[in-house]
Amino acid sequence: MPTLSEAASRRIVEDAGVAVSPWTTAADIGSAEEAAASLGLPVVAKLCGDAIAHKTERGLVRLGLSSADEVGAAAADLLAAARPEDGEVELLISSMVRGNRELIAGLIRDEQFGPCVMLGLGGILAEAVADVAFRLAPLERADAFDLIDDLGAQSLLDEFRGEPAVDREALADTLMALSRIAENTHIHSVDLNPLIVVDGRPVAVDALVETA
Amino acid sequence: MARDLTPLFEPRGVVVTGVSSHPGKFGFVALHNVLSCGFSGPVFAVGREEGEVLGHPVLASIEALPENQADLLVLCTPAGANEGIVRTAAARGVRAVFCAAGGYSEAGPEGIEAEARLVALADELGLVLAGPNGQGVVSTPAGLCAQIVAPYPPRGRIAVASQSGNFVSAFLNYAGQTGIGISRAVSAGNAAATSVADYLEWFAEDDETDVALCYLEGLPDGRAFYERVREVTRRMPVVVVKGGTTSGGQRAAASHTGSLASDDRIFDGMARQAGLVRAATIESAFEAAATFATQPLPSGNRVMVLTTAGGWGVVTADAVTAHPDLTLAALPDDLRTAIDGMLPPRWSRNNPIDLAGGETRDTIPELLDLTAAHPEVDAIVQLGLGIQGNTASLTRSGPFHPDHGLERIVDYHERQERRYAAAAAAAADAHGKPVLVASELAVARPDNPMVAAVRDSGRLCYASADRAVTALGHLVRYAARRRART
Repeated sequence: MPTLSEAASRRIVEDAGVAVSPWTTAADIGSAEEAAASLGLPVVAKLCGDAIAHKTERGLVRLGLSSADEVGAAAADLLAAARPEDGEVELLISSMVRGNRELIAGLIRDEQFGPCVMLGLGGILAEAVADVAFRLAPLERADAFDLIDDLGAQSLLDEFRGEPAVDREALADTLMALSRIAENTHIHSVDLNPLIVVDGRPVAVDALVETA
Repeated sequence: MARDLTPLFEPRGVVVTGVSSHPGKFGFVALHNVLSCGFSGPVFAVGREEGEVLGHPVLASIEALPENQADLLVLCTPAGANEGIVRTAAARGVRAVFCAAGGYSEAGPEGIEAEARLVALADELGLVLAGPNGQGVVSTPAGLCAQIVAPYPPRGRIAVASQSGNFVSAFLNYAGQTGIGISRAVSAGNAAATSVADYLEWFAEDDETDVALCYLEGLPDGRAFYERVREVTRRMPVVVVKGGTTSGGQRAAASHTGSLASDDRIFDGMARQAGLVRAATIESAFEAAATFATQPLPSGNRVMVLTTAGGWGVVTADAVTAHPDLTLAALPDDLRTAIDGMLPPRWSRNNPIDLAGGETRDTIPELLDLTAAHPEVDAIVQLGLGIQGNTASLTRSGPFHPDHGLERIVDYHERQERRYAAAAAAAADAHGKPVLVASELAVARPDNPMVAAVRDSGRLCYASADRAVTALGHLVRYAARRRART
C-alpha cells in the first residue's frame, strides 16, 4: 500500500479533527529557520516525502532543536540525506511538545471485520507490552470511551508524575476522528504514533496515512 | 426480522433418512434418539428397504412419505442421494432440513460443489437448511433429540448454537450435570445456508429462550456477524467462547497499528462493542449462560460476600476486588447495626460478612434476606455452606448411626442445609438480585444436601468462589451495558 508523506498525512488527520503538534513545511534551510522562529523553539525537524515511511529508522528525525543554528544545521543534514528513490522531499518543522506519557492510535482495515480503530500504550515498549484494544468503525462515542476503558494500564490515564489525568473527552475526540477517516475508502490505514499526552490532552506528533 | 427457524426447532413431524438395522449407523442412532426423548409428533424412518427398526416401520423410499405430516428432514444418507430426497420431501410438505451427512465442503472440490447445489436447492424450495456435516438439533420444548450423538439435556432456558458439534455435546453434558437446562441446541456444521447469526436472531425471538450460548471458530464475514449480533444482544445476552485464530490475511507492513492487530484483539474489541459476553473457556461460558438463565440481572456492581468462616471470604474479596467490573461493597452502617443485633460480637463487622462460627449459622436465611434487601447491595456471593451436610454424610455412613442421638442430628444438619439453599434462592427472587452460592462440594460431593437443594432451586452451585465471581462479572458487565445503551 502506498504511503503519504507526513505533511499530507497530518493534513488528513487534522481535517478530521485530530490534534497535532503545531507544524509547517519548509523547502530549504532558510525557510526552515523562519518556520522554527515563528513556531517558537524548541522544534523538531524531519525529512518528509511520500516514499519515506520510516523516518526514525533512517535517522531523519531531529528532536529538540533549540536555536536557529541548530535548526539550520539539522535542515542541511536532512536535505543531504535524501536519496534519489525518496522522490520529492521537503522539511517538516514542528513544535517540540513534551509529556511523560505516549499513546498510539490508528485505523486499520481488517479482512474479516473491516475498518477498526485502535488505541494503545505507545513509546519504545509499545510492542513488547502490547496494551492495545480495538473497536470497529464507525464508533459511537460510547464505544470510544469503552475503548479507552479497555486499556490495561488505566493508572497511566490518571494523574501521572505531576501531569493531569488524561482528558478522556479529548482522547475520545481523537478516536472519533479516526472513525470518521474510515469513511474515506481511499484511506487504507492511519498511524498516530506517538500520541503524546500534553497537559492531559493527546497530541499527535507524527502521522502516517496509507492509501488503498 | 429473523429467518423463521420454527420448522427446525418445532416441527410437526420428523423424517430420518439412512435408517438401517445396524445400531452403530448414524441413521439408526438419529431415529433412536428421536423416538426416545419424548417427541410427540409423527416420526418417519426411511431406509433402503421396507421393514422395521426399533419396532418402528421403515419406508423403502422418501416417495412413501405421507403429505404434510413432517416438517423436518434429518439427512443421514450420503451426499449423492440427498438432492433427490430433499426435492421429494419438500413436495410432501417438509420445510426444514438438518443435513447430518458429511461429504460436503469439508471434503474437497466435489463436496464444495455438492454443498453449493444443496444450498441452491434449499433456496429454490424455500427450505431451512441446517448443516451439512453437523451433529443435529435438539429442542426440549418439543421433546426433540434429532442428533447422531448424545446427550439429551434437561429442559431449560439456554439456547446453544455452535460451530463445533463436540461443544454442543459439552454444553449439553454440563446442563445434565448442573440441572441448568437447555431450550434449543444446534450444531451449525458447515453452516452452508444457516449461520450462527441466523440461529441467534431466532433465539432472540424465541419465548423458550432467555440466553444464547455459542462456540465460534471462524467468521468469514465478521462484519455482517457484528452488525447482526449487536442487535441480538440488546434483547438477550449472548455468551461466546472463541476457539482458534482466524485468517488475518495480509496486513500492511508500514502500519504500526497493523502489526499490533492480532486477530484475537480485534475479535475481542468486536465482541465488547457488540455487547457479547465473551467467556475464556467452555466451562466458564456454560456457567455464564447458566447464571444469566437463573439469576436476575443486577442493577449495579456492588458485591457483598457472606461466609460462615474466614478463608473463603478473604479469597473471594480478593477476586471481587481484582475484577475490573465488580466492586466489593462497603458494609452500610445500618446493615452493620442490624447484623450486630443478630450475631455475637466476634463477627467480621465488614464485607465479607463473616459469621465466624458454628452456632451462628442458623441466622443465614435472615442475613441473606437482610443483605439482599439493602439498596446499597447489588449482588451476593454466599460461601461456606454444606459443612453441616458434609458432617451429616460422614456421620450417617459411620458405624454409630442412627444410635447415640445421631439420627436426629444428621436430620437436623441436612434440614438446615436445605433451608440455607432455599433462602439463597428466595433472597434472589424477593429482591431481584443475584445470589450465588459457591462451594467445592458442588463437584466434590454433589449429593451434599445443600448442593442438591441449590440444584433443586433451579440455580447453579458454583464449584469455587472464583467461578462464581467470574460469572457474576459477566452479568454485571452485560447489565451495565444494557442500562447504558437502551
